[in-house]
Amino acid sequence: MAELHSLPSAADITRQLLPNGILVLARPNFNSPSISMSGYLQTGALNDPPDKLGLSDFTSLALMRGTQTRNFQEIFDALESAGASFGYNGGTHTTGFGGKALAEDLPLLMEILSDTLRAPAFPAEHVERLRAQLLTHLAIQSQDTGDMASQLFDRIVYAGHPYALPEEGTPETIQSIQPADLAWFHEQNYGPQGMVITVVGAVEPQKVVELVAYYLGDWENPQQTPPVQLPPVPVLSQTVREHFVIAGKSQADLILGAPGPKRNDPEFFTAAVGNSILGQFGMYGRIGEVVREQNGLAYYAYSSLSGGIGPGPWYLAAGTDPKNVARVIDLIRGEVRRFTTEPVSQQELEDNQANFIGRLPLSLESNTGVAAAIINLERYDLDLDYYLKYPDMVRAVTPQQILETSRRFLDPARLAIASAGPRLPVERKPQTKSGQ
Amino acid sequence: MTSDVTSLQLANGLRVLLKEIHTAPIISQWIWYRVGSRDEQPGLTGVSHWVEHMQFKGTPRFPGGTLDRAISRVGGYWNAMTYIDWTTYYETLPAQEIDLALQLEADRMANSLFDPHDVEAERNVIISERQGNENEPLFQLGEQIQAAAFRAHPYGHETIGSLDDLQHIQREDLYQHYRTYYTPGNAVLALAGDFETGQLLARIQELYAGLPAGPEPVNHQVAPEPPRSEGREVIVSGPGETTYVQLAYPVPEASHPDFFPLMVLDSLLCGPSSLNMFGGGISNKTSRLYQALVDGELAVGVYGGMQATIDPFLYTILLTVHPRSRAEACLQAVEAEIERLQERPTQVEELSRAAKQARALFAYGSESISNQAFWLGYAEMFAEYAWFLEYLERLEAVTPADVQRVAQTYLRPGQRVLGIYRPTGEAHG
Repeated sequence: MAELHSLPSAADITRQLLPNGILVLARPNFNSPSISMSGYLQTGALNDPPDKLGLSDFTSLALMRGTQTRNFQEIFDALESAGASFGYNGGTHTTGFGGKALAEDLPLLMEILSDTLRAPAFPAEHVERLRAQLLTHLAIQSQDTGDMASQLFDRIVYAGHPYALPEEGTPETIQSIQPADLAWFHEQNYGPQGMVITVVGAVEPQKVVELVAYYLGDWENPQQTPPVQLPPVPVLSQTVREHFVIAGKSQADLILGAPGPKRNDPEFFTAAVGNSILGQFGMYGRIGEVVREQNGLAYYAYSSLSGGIGPGPWYLAAGTDPKNVARVIDLIRGEVRRFTTEPVSQQELEDNQANFIGRLPLSLESNTGVAAAIINLERYDLDLDYYLKYPDMVRAVTPQQILETSRRFLDPARLAIASAGPRLPVERKPQTKSGQ
Repeated sequence: MTSDVTSLQLANGLRVLLKEIHTAPIISQWIWYRVGSRDEQPGLTGVSHWVEHMQFKGTPRFPGGTLDRAISRVGGYWNAMTYIDWTTYYETLPAQEIDLALQLEADRMANSLFDPHDVEAERNVIISERQGNENEPLFQLGEQIQAAAFRAHPYGHETIGSLDDLQHIQREDLYQHYRTYYTPGNAVLALAGDFETGQLLARIQELYAGLPAGPEPVNHQVAPEPPRSEGREVIVSGPGETTYVQLAYPVPEASHPDFFPLMVLDSLLCGPSSLNMFGGGISNKTSRLYQALVDGELAVGVYGGMQATIDPFLYTILLTVHPRSRAEACLQAVEAEIERLQERPTQVEELSRAAKQARALFAYGSESISNQAFWLGYAEMFAEYAWFLEYLERLEAVTPADVQRVAQTYLRPGQRVLGIYRPTGEAHG
């Protein structure tokens, strides 16, 4: 059997807080000569000014476009010559970063992380180039039925809440962002407070701590804005059904759901096991069984629980022939009704509990998987021995708890239902607030 | 990744490759069949992929749904893929549960039901899968380019098949295809992970010994595509605002010596890529085409791709055109960069850099047991496992003269297919 198969825990994760607020996490793995680095900073789309939506995302991507001492070409020449990768990605609450390298090149990743975080130059020429890329991305997205259904869904579920706003901005806001806006955003929001960095791979943890302290230990930003507090999520008083027309498409994408629990909500874990029964287990759980297996109406049909720092949605999604959209909605709502009125069977629960416990080591196969698992402990305030306690937590979930949790979050009479694709046949839906 | 692999053939023709890896309590099993869209006749396009779907619908011993439940219960994941040359099924499981995966693959090699009701339900699922693909401009462009590149050879159609064929294929067509190609002699079984080779081999022999070798070995010879006399061009129009340009050059099969210089050429032109299934890649911002086109504000993205195939296939270069540029300007810039490769030998330093990049990508891929198991069988589909073991060495052996020669030989406008997706700019919302 395996020589090394312990789950990450307090016993093998090194966790050290630097005096300037940066938290360093490291776990060694010498089975492969590479390392994976990832982490996040306490700023995101929630910090976007209303007329500059997408500024956080734009800023994060522009960090790699040149610094006070290195131009774009030099940054990428150093990385790519080493076969390494590194980059940033903007999120809602936080801004992530991550990269991979051969272990010998970890100092290179650290140097580039430090330089791009602390001294970005936002050169005008590169801001323009990036703008064209972002605008093209938005244009492509506007033709994607899945993306458009998802954005419409967010606008319905989170009306009046920051989660309704597009993190990547709109063509208008992206056009309006100037290099000075990027510099301002960086100055106001980037800083060491609350920054988390994890390195997993062929390096001793103490070396990781030393490297982070060397490159970032003296970083300070007295102006750093504290994390934004979220307002409460609105509640729908009835089901709202909307469709976004994209001409010339063969398939429609459909999303139904409501706000779900936050990741550190005590009910999240129960909801996760319930969600697996509803639309994940095997070939997409109950939803897949009804929509795909029994009726052959879709290639994919699943449910997802996406709670993070805040109450992300609990949703059900499918891609289907436009003429079948109404039927798929009926089938999925029927399953939501059943899920919120009858307890799941003991058999279903046991199957899913076994799945949750069995799959844990599989998700930790690569350095990147382990790094993500460790980051999640920190991001959601879970303790370092969470993965050791996890099997007992899974076994403790009961059908009654799943029923109560599902009722708290999903009400078949108050769902947001969004779709995108070609114009649809008229649907018979008395609860519909607005149509196409 | 090391070479300590046990490789042998059972009496019924099944090739078995086993690699012990004791770094995590996981085993990954892959079974590969030498069948894909390359083996399909007109009227039956998509039949290989549809058979792959039917392999999840059950056998008398494991009725539909029971397998899915059994695999999921132990926390494993499984899936399958159909490509032009092959179809593969894999399961990655906690090591102590591997017997389930061993049993199910041996069972469904011969005993799948192909229930007529399931065949009909799956027809709609696959048509839905195709409709999802059709939503993508790049699927539409790619389908037309393949059709233009291969007029005689079956690489000319997409693996998913034409809508017309998907509407007409019958249960008997599927079953016949299954019986013809799903035999021990046409399969490769590969496992990597936390097992003891002797024990595992004994169990494999026990499970597969009862399966007859099947009919005569399948004839895999496909007549080659006749040489082209001139370049071809396809234009696809559709909704959206974004123009794409794709160039497809006929290039040799994976076992051809020129495959390796072409991999290096791709790395120089479009950035390094690996053929790994798992492990990820790196950025391509210092590649020649990125610098010429993206830094030159003609395009917003550049991607290149070589595929390891049995017969000569295509090297493709894909460009997402800058909103203020045009397809023609992009094309001109690509041609200039290709000419530069053809006219002047590459610097040795550039090649050493490409070699280091390949080494790094190789290391990332080796983190994953699933990826190591993948390679055991994948390499056998177009060459043999030794091809993979020698991969880095052969890339490192590529010289500037090799790169210049393959650029001159294969990247000629008279041989390529040029595809352009022109958006109609239709409004929506």
